[in-house]
Amino acid sequence: MSANHEQQKQEYWKKNIALIRNLLIIWAVVSYLAAIILAKPFSDIQFFGVPLSFWFAQQGSILVFVVLIFYYAKRMDRLDQMITGKAEVSSTKPGKGVSS
Amino acid sequence: MSVEALTLILVILTFGIYIYIGWWAKARDTASFYVAGKEIPAVANGAAIAADWMSAASFISMAGLIAFMGYDGTVYLMGWTGGYVLLALLLAPYLRKFGRYTVPDFIGDRYYSNSARAVAAIATIFISLTYVAGQMRGVGIVFSRYLQVDIAVGVIIGMAIVAFFAVLGGMKGITWTQVVQYFVLILAYLIPAIAIAFQLTGNPIPQLALTFSDIAQRLSQLQVDLGLKEYIAPFQSLSAVNVFAVTLALMVGTAGLPHVIVRFYTVKNVRSARWSAGWALVFIALLYTTAPAIGVFAKYNLIESLNAKPIEEARQIEWVSKWESTGLLKLEDKNGDGNLSFTGDKNTNEVTIDRDIIVLATPEVAKLAPFIIALVAAGGLAAALSTASGLLLAMSSAVSHDLYYRVFRPNASEAQRLKVGRLMIFLAVLLAGYFGIKPPGFVGEVVAFAFGLAAASLFPAILLGIFDKRMNREGAISGILTGLLFTGIMILLMRSPQIFGTSAPVIKDFLGISAQGIGVVGMLLNFIVSFVVSRATEAPPQEIQDMVEDIRTPEIFDTVDSNTGGVRHSH
Repeated sequence: MSANHEQQKQEYWKKNIALIRNLLIIWAVVSYLAAIILAKPFSDIQFFGVPLSFWFAQQGSILVFVVLIFYYAKRMDRLDQMITGKAEVSSTKPGKGVSS
Repeated sequence: MSVEALTLILVILTFGIYIYIGWWAKARDTASFYVAGKEIPAVANGAAIAADWMSAASFISMAGLIAFMGYDGTVYLMGWTGGYVLLALLLAPYLRKFGRYTVPDFIGDRYYSNSARAVAAIATIFISLTYVAGQMRGVGIVFSRYLQVDIAVGVIIGMAIVAFFAVLGGMKGITWTQVVQYFVLILAYLIPAIAIAFQLTGNPIPQLALTFSDIAQRLSQLQVDLGLKEYIAPFQSLSAVNVFAVTLALMVGTAGLPHVIVRFYTVKNVRSARWSAGWALVFIALLYTTAPAIGVFAKYNLIESLNAKPIEEARQIEWVSKWESTGLLKLEDKNGDGNLSFTGDKNTNEVTIDRDIIVLATPEVAKLAPFIIALVAAGGLAAALSTASGLLLAMSSAVSHDLYYRVFRPNASEAQRLKVGRLMIFLAVLLAGYFGIKPPGFVGEVVAFAFGLAAASLFPAILLGIFDKRMNREGAISGILTGLLFTGIMILLMRSPQIFGTSAPVIKDFLGISAQGIGVVGMLLNFIVSFVVSRATEAPPQEIQDMVEDIRTPEIFDTVDSNTGGVRHSH
């Protein structure tokens, strides 16, 4: 295995970890912060017919979870494509398929 | 036509479909028996995961639990959905890349140890068994109400059906049955919810009806007037620390459930594993965002239709008398004034409702058509049976694949392994049936324990196996044992009245955390012990570190490497 591929793998893993970290921060903010830790203060803020923290606890956080997973799948698809693109660059066709 | 006759027809019809699929997708080799030949499309896998995982607890108990817990019911809503984020981001893609048959397969290979494999297999059996008991109880409840048979008879009918399609079809049969079961259960859940939402608020979409109307405020006020807890205020039923711990335990537990993880082995590649996690949560969220709406609507309807009503008049309502006869609804005129009254005090409250009947009774309370009531029964059965079959397969593969084949008889032939797999499913069905007839607690609660055990034993071992290259055999085994023992013992001590029949729990809670959330402490102990022990002992062998490297990089690199003449890892 070439050193170039080793480097690509490292880069791929680093980007993957950074993406996971960012998405997990959002995951924690909508569930633990908005619906539990800040539940009392957020109860005074009205979100249409219900208090904001109640909405996060029983509806909003679940919707955010769905978005997080699809966003991850989409971003990882792009990362995969980027790597194949780069592999082509290093072997045959320079400049094609590189996007970031 | 009567509700009972309609129910019978719908149940026979749907069961006929399940059995046909079980026969159609008959497994002929171990790969299709354990992982459906790794050819399930991502969307179908998503629906199968949703049905596999949304159990009798989600369908029958959850809205009821939320209706009684109010805001704090969020522990189930966020807890049981948030885990999919962990699963999708942290486990599913890597386990798919590893690509074997079971969770103990991963633990055993990653930690180069048959003891680790055996411990993981035993944890799998333990978790699945705790969980399946609740499913069989769910089946019994549905049958006893709608077919007017004994709970035990209902459980036995359920056992026979599950045994047929699971033993014959294996994972392949179960997967396609679950896809159909998902659509049965979600229709059964959504149709009455839509009807009631429209009735109560004029908005047919339950999720929007809850947020954009004043129904939640009205219920909250109604409860306060009766001396009950405020519905939409946090921490009325559980302390903040408990809400935190239980939510986390259910999230991590969801991510560590062996019968759910196994579903990610059944898709074609890593990419499909990522997408099917997303689809699974979409399908699950359809039910999980409807449940809090049902909780509010059902509670409001129940209080409105029973409070201050003369008890004799209440007994003439058909659904009241039928549920009263099952013992799940109790009306007592404690103050002798002839009228029913809801109060917050156990000694004066005159209407006792078992939480498990909220969803099943809701269509009747709202006076919906008999067809819908029958549909809900069929949906409840679909939810319970699909989860039961997934769990039975997880248990049987832990015994037949991980213990029998990988540990004791590595040279067993394909036919022998299939035979043992089928025999084990059959035995697991008998065991599950026994627990269904003699249930150790109410559905939602028992299931929560399975999550605690999964959170404390399997999740840390899998996570560290992927993200910590230095994690070794010694660390993982001691971590799993610590987490499993701590959580198991704590639950036994906290639930001693239900389990050993003591008059009071041996201990009430641990640092304010109740039995349902204790898995979080077990998980932390597991992480700490794993880390300390692994650093004090030798690093894993180079080939294991290479394997971890390989799991982290998706198939894309394999083709890249072969295109450019690189050497592909084999393990």
